[in-house]
Order: sequence, then structure tokens, then C-alpha cells
Amino acid sequence: MQPHERIGEAIIAANKDGRTGLVPFITAGYPDPGTFASSLQAIAEVGDVVELGVPFSDPMADGMTIQRSSFAAIENGVTLTWIFDQLDPLQGSIDAPLIMMSYLNPLLAFGYAKLASRARETGVCAFIVPDLPYEESAEISAALDAEGAGLIQLVTPATPADRLKLLASASRGFLYAVTITGITGGSSGLPPDLAGYLDEVSAVSPLPVCAGFGIRTAQDVDSVGKHAAGAIVGSALVEVLERGEDPAAYLRQLR
Amino acid sequence: MKAVLDADEASELLRASIAGELPDERGRFGPFGGRYIPETLVPAFELLERGIREYLPSDEFQQEYRTQLRDWVGRPTALTFAARLSERWGTKVWLKREDLAHTGAHKINNAIGQALLARKLGARRVIAETGAGQHGVASAAACARVGLPCRVYMGVVDMQRQAPNVDRMHRLGAEVFPVESGDKTLRAAIDEALREWVSDPAGIYYLLGSAVGAHPYPYLVRELQSVIGTEARQQMQDLAGGLPDVAFACVGGGSNAIGLFYPLLGDSDIELIGVEAGGTGDGLGQNAATLATGTPGVLQGCYSIILQDEHGNIQETHSISAGLDYSGVGPEHALLQALGRVSYVTASDDEALEALQELCETEGILTALETAHAYAAAKRWSRDNPGKRILIGNSGRGDKDMPTLARYAARTNANAAA
Repeated sequence: MQPHERIGEAIIAANKDGRTGLVPFITAGYPDPGTFASSLQAIAEVGDVVELGVPFSDPMADGMTIQRSSFAAIENGVTLTWIFDQLDPLQGSIDAPLIMMSYLNPLLAFGYAKLASRARETGVCAFIVPDLPYEESAEISAALDAEGAGLIQLVTPATPADRLKLLASASRGFLYAVTITGITGGSSGLPPDLAGYLDEVSAVSPLPVCAGFGIRTAQDVDSVGKHAAGAIVGSALVEVLERGEDPAAYLRQLR
Repeated sequence: MKAVLDADEASELLRASIAGELPDERGRFGPFGGRYIPETLVPAFELLERGIREYLPSDEFQQEYRTQLRDWVGRPTALTFAARLSERWGTKVWLKREDLAHTGAHKINNAIGQALLARKLGARRVIAETGAGQHGVASAAACARVGLPCRVYMGVVDMQRQAPNVDRMHRLGAEVFPVESGDKTLRAAIDEALREWVSDPAGIYYLLGSAVGAHPYPYLVRELQSVIGTEARQQMQDLAGGLPDVAFACVGGGSNAIGLFYPLLGDSDIELIGVEAGGTGDGLGQNAATLATGTPGVLQGCYSIILQDEHGNIQETHSISAGLDYSGVGPEHALLQALGRVSYVTASDDEALEALQELCETEGILTALETAHAYAAAKRWSRDNPGKRILIGNSGRGDKDMPTLARYAARTNANAAA
């Protein structure tokens, strides 16, 4: 099995347990680089797949929470190199497949070939790159493919039907369905027409569909779970960490 | 992605560039350019690209655009012989007077063209970013002219140093949205405008002010700004007795420079020199000399040369001029540098201040601090090239810089007293 195939498998396993797959997101090294390893382990106990955010100076698709966590992590010296180095000693102690969310430029600066090999060494199975549309993704996809890692594609409520098909077939791991037309961390809640949209995406996608953006409560996870295989929880979890609360406890009550 | 070209690739790209074949259908200027945007914006960019392809070359648009440029912007702008400056420098100095365009800078050429496009595409409202405030003022004016609501994103640092322009935007009916995130200057304003666009891609038209960002913006802005170089080329032949030996323009994102240089690319005898902000020194964070000191990377939608650290985080910049204070540069400039067709040099804050004062005293023209950088480099060049004919893109007027000039004068006086 290729590393990227572990992701879909973990989501499907959760569904077989009668649960919505839970994909927690944290900005790596936030709020305290010193507690990254232990909080990742705690989160990975509850999450089916864990998404690690690589901080970037210009997070153009993110709202205030993730901007704040990114800028603070950069201030504290968190880099892609640092994150991989932290993951090395955790090999074997984390069962949940890891994925990374990064804007393109940090990946470009790191080098695609090295990125793919470090991903394989550290159990990172796929990447989400929010400023990389499919049309520009051939080069990094090829490099990741060579090491069994994948690129997760995003679709949004603005994506036309023919493009949805294209992105669904190109995606690896899962298909990321953005719930809203907007940035992360919105406070306006899930849109009323979400069910129809997620049903349409799920019908097209050969991979499990995970919904993200605006998911904060157990009720949100429930309502998303009726129409998608998994739910991604980002800004709300980062805010839990920010307040110094227990991330695992927060995630458990979402399940 | 690679940014190094072999000799055959370079000569083919130079030919294609002069022939007007760039960007290619993928939005590339050789290795540079492209479209790195969130998925939510893909349909909006496709709509924009289709609109440009169908509408921009049409007689309907061209006629309306030319009419607005003539009757509302005040084009063609003058070409002025700088007699006293020429005497001092020992060269023949000609100024392309974009400061005389409506709202006081070249920015209006682009703003009115894109505002017409926004109306044609059925946008409900327009958003724009601004650094020095000139693009914000131009956008506010152009939106008022075509009857669309306009919101301008502006870093709070820039709002402070360009206060007069904030008032002008308000007066012209625009909402000014203060950007507190990131570096609180132009780059943060673009990030924030993009976030807003992501929230309503179907209703918003994003009126980008420089030849930067994702395809098709670098192309669109160049097309709308090329009127500068097209006019200047003709005026040099009519008034100066021939084409210049060299042309200078300041470069932040690079819209006025590409507008002046693009129509001159095929005149291989004309040396083209772009001037970036040298700030207070060569160190990282002390300047905004992107092409002089940067490396290839992706920022705000395109692959170009950017100021970044080894981890790919974008570096903050410094320049006395808000309009040059940007960590990236248009992808076409990155190509023209790689091809050696345009050379890029820097001028420091102090050199720009000195040049601004010299132009005031010799020619009675208060130029923008951005533009003053071009004068500083042209003066240096003059020392080694006596008698040559120089064209300077006088991209904007300096009225907006009065608060900054007053602050620097106070500092200089304080230093002198100490």
C-alpha cells in the first residue's frame, strides 16, 4: 500500500465504526514549539488523520486564527525542516496518517525531491497546498508520486461540475470539500445548502470526501458526516490550543 | 521550476517578447508568471481571462478606453525637455510626464481600463489594494466615473505615511479598509484583498494595481500601461529628434516601468534601466531591491523573483517610498532581467531625497518619491555618458509625499543641530 492510500483507509475505517472520520488541523509548533511532539501524539490518539500546518508569512486563504498562529510559529523558529526533524523520533508512536498543509513557496524553497523523501521518512502521506491549483501542480505531483505521497485536491461550492470531476480524479488520500466560499475560521457557520453540495461531491469522488472550513462543534461534525466521509477541524482546534485547553478532550467530544 | 535559461532559450524568449507573444497561453513569461491561486478563485480568474480575450481587443472597449484616456485622464501626457537639469548633468534629459495624468500618476491608465472591464463583466463591486495610495485614489476615481462601489485595502503603516491620499479616497467615495495584519504595508493589503475576493468571487472585481499577481493581471496591466511607452516613443521622435539612448523607470511591482519599456523592447539600441529601492543599505530588510538581491519563488499568485529567507518566508522590506516597498516584482521584469534586455539597479533613500530636491529646484517639478529613484540612477549614469539622450518615466507627482518629506526634513535638522 502506498503511503497516500493509508489516508482513505483511515477515514473508511472510522466510517465502518459508525463514525465520521475526524481530521484535526494544527499549526505545527503553535503555541509552544516545546510541546509540539506531545500535543501531536495526544491529537493523533483521537484524530483519524492529522493535518499539520506549515507556517507561512503570507497565508492568503486563511482567516485571523491561522494567520495569528502562523506568524507566532514563524517567530518561534518553526520551519518545514524543524517540523520534519520533530517527526523523526516519533516514528512508530503515531498510528494516524499525517498530512501537511503548506503554501507553495516553503515547499519550493525546501526542494520537491527532498520534500518527498523526508515525507516518506517521517510518515507524511500527503500535502494540501492552498495556493496551487491543479493546472500548476504537475511538477510537485510527480515528485511526491515517486515516494508514494500524494497531493490532496480541494473543491469549493464555486467549482463547476466538469472541473469537480477533474479534481476528484486527480486527488490522492481524500478529496477536500471546502464548505464555504471564503477563508478559514469563518464565524458564520455552515451554509444552509451544504447537504446538496456535499452529496454532489461525494457522488463524483472515487475517494472519501472530507469537508473543511467552519466546522467547530459536535453538531457541525454530525451534519457534515451525513453527507461526507470526514470532517476537518482547524481554526476551532487552534483556538483550543491558544487558550491552553486540552485538545484531545475537545476532539473527543466532537466524535 | 527553474529560473536559469540557456542561450537558445534566451534568444527565442527575447524574440517572442518583442513580438508580443508573451505571456504564453499558460500565463508564462518564459519560466516566470503562471497562476498560483486558491481553488475558490479559479472560476473568477477564468471569467476574467475570457473577458480580457473577448473584450479588451474589441473596438467597443478600445474606443471607450481611448476616449476616457483623452477626455478624462488628459492624455497624451506631455514630454518635457528638462533644460536646466540637462545642463547640470551633461546629458539631454526628457521627462515623460505621467504626473500630469488625472489623479497625479500613471496608475489611472490601468484603473480606468480595469473599471470599464469590471462593469462589462457585471461586477457588483470593486476592491483594490494600495501602497502609496496612488492606485487607491485612481481606483476610487475610476469607480466613481463608471458607477461602481469601491473598497481599497491599505496597510496602516501606509495610511500613516500617505495620509493625504487616504482623505482623497474617502472624498472620491471609496471605503478605505485599514489592514493591520502581516507587515501592514502593500503586501499585507494584497493578502487581505485576496481574502475578501475569496469570500465573493462572483460579485467582486479585483482591480489589481501593478503588473504582479496571477495571470492574467501582469498581462492586463502591461496592456493598459503601454500607452506610456507608445506615446513617449512617438514624442521622442517628434520633439527630441530621435529615440533616446537610454530609458529609466522606477520599479516596485513594475507597472510604470513595464508600461514605458514594453513598447521600446524592440529598439535594441535603447538601453533600458529599472531602478529599485535601495533603502538604507544592502542588508535583508533594509531595502526593497527585489531583482537586485532576490531569488525565484512564488508570492501572491506568480512565480517571479522575490525577497525571501531560506525557508521560503517572505521578507519585510524598507523604502522611503511606499510605492516601491514590496517584496516581489512583476514576472515580466524577472524575465527581462534574465534575458539581459533590461538592467536593474538601485537608488537609496538619501539619493532619492536628493534627486527629488534637485528636480524641484531645476525644473519646478515636485516628483513622487518613487519616481525620484529613477532620477538618482539617471544622474549617476549621466556621469559616464555625457551628451547622451535620456528618457525618464516621471511616473507621478510628489504632493502625497509632503508628510514624509516633512518628517525627513525634521530628522535632518535635528541631526544637524546635534
